[in-house]
Amino acid sequence: MAKYLLLKHYRGAPASVNDVPMDQWTEDEISAHMQHMDAFATRLESTGEFVDSQALSPEGTWVRYDGEGRPPVTDGPFAETKDLIAGWMIIDVDTYERALELAGELSGGPGAGGKPVGEWLELRPLFVPPTTMTEVGEIVGQEQR
Amino acid sequence: MHALDEDLLRRLTPAVLRVLVRRGADFAAAEDAVQDALIEAIRDWPDAPPRDAKGWLITVAWRKFLDGARSETARRHREDRIDAEPSPGPIAERDDTLWLFFLCAHPSLTPSSAVALTLRAVGGLTTRQIAEAYLVPEATMVQRISRAKRTVAGVRLDEPGSLGTVARTLYLIFNEGYSGEVDLVAEAIRLARLLAGAVDDPEVSGLLALMLLHHARRASRTAADGRLVPLAEQDRSLWDTSLIAEGVAILQAALVRDRLGEFQAQAAIAALHADARSTAETDWVQILQWYDELAALTENPVVLLNRAVAVGEADGPRAGLAALFELDDSLPRYAAVAAHLHEADGDRATAAQLYAEAARKASSLAERDHLTRQAARLNSEASPGRASPSGANGSG
Repeated sequence: MAKYLLLKHYRGAPASVNDVPMDQWTEDEISAHMQHMDAFATRLESTGEFVDSQALSPEGTWVRYDGEGRPPVTDGPFAETKDLIAGWMIIDVDTYERALELAGELSGGPGAGGKPVGEWLELRPLFVPPTTMTEVGEIVGQEQR
Repeated sequence: MHALDEDLLRRLTPAVLRVLVRRGADFAAAEDAVQDALIEAIRDWPDAPPRDAKGWLITVAWRKFLDGARSETARRHREDRIDAEPSPGPIAERDDTLWLFFLCAHPSLTPSSAVALTLRAVGGLTTRQIAEAYLVPEATMVQRISRAKRTVAGVRLDEPGSLGTVARTLYLIFNEGYSGEVDLVAEAIRLARLLAGAVDDPEVSGLLALMLLHHARRASRTAADGRLVPLAEQDRSLWDTSLIAEGVAILQAALVRDRLGEFQAQAAIAALHADARSTAETDWVQILQWYDELAALTENPVVLLNRAVAVGEADGPRAGLAALFELDDSLPRYAAVAAHLHEADGDRATAAQLYAEAARKASSLAERDHLTRQAARLNSEASPGRASPSGANGSG
């Protein structure tokens, strides 16, 4: 019962095994890939492991504070950024092994030529909610599960 | 009044469910019918409280169950079965409760399914409340519970279930803390009391004692702003002495039975901490003995990590570090324990580095923040020009 974030990248991840940009796939290949993603999410809901999923636009803007009373500075689109996140899915699973298994399955969606894409996904644990502690945990100031 | 009614409803849930199953309803359908009846009760009782709450629930749930039977065939088939069932005799309610506990924590279920089903069928919580507590969408929890019900649908439970699995399921609920409107810690304690009332087993008593002893210190463990407060800095006047007394009494009665298990050993350690008026007065030698007992009972390497802290207190930080170095340094929280022991040994530079490393590996925000503050405290002591001397952490 731990939640994990699966991060999909537009750019910044190591190259996929089947590394053909999506705009060079056939329409059927794109449909097959989308269907795989949808079916994956639906199946996770039915197993009680789905938490959230969102796709992100590649468009975005760098913003930062520019001092009291001044409007924030914007630096235009982050087109030059190295790492560009395409979307995420959050799952809630019993074990880390199960999280790995699901990430592998998602990465193996069909791509060009009907072969698995084999893209790299980032798998990151979410922080857990406050938990009960044991004495020794309390001594060194850590929560224990 | 409203809260009181819900409490009563949840207490009655297991017995009502069992009556329906004894009348021939299958578990999944009976559970749905009881949930529907509970919702109707929550709506109607504030205006029109029934004289016999349990009788009302059984009647309404049974009607819901019959309504749920879709086709005549299915109904006739079920009625045939009902005729074949012996009439529900005067069976003790504790047997109902125990049966339901075993079913909901059946070994064929994953831990998260067992937790969800136990909270719903034994605890009488709604699916929405469980989903909120575990921070997942309600649709996901609906599916998790219906899958769990399908999994146990064919289970006959002729032989006794595994009490160990039930106890571990309750312990998982207890450890989950709380979020949403349901306090899972309080719920786990309520269920553990129910289990202890239904079965005569020293480990179940040990589990209940452990929960009470931990819970007794809850108010002192976090500051108003959510920060973790280490045991040595806790305001012991905030400890709930009546819960401690109850936990100790339950534990002592269990230990006399001479069937030691993990929960009793853990509760014994918790009791020794709860019994000390200050950290200095803590009986670390006895705590270490209990850790040795605990290590003999379980393969869990985290026990040995905790034991190293106890060695550090009983025999000094050098001895604690020696015990620690025998363990695998990839264990979760190894770095935090190493940091604590190095600081106690006076090696503050190493401790600061290890606290920072432990913070990077922390699994909760509160824990990460606490460990980061520990590192910052030691670092600012080393270079007082950098951070304000009245710094964030006053524990130095």
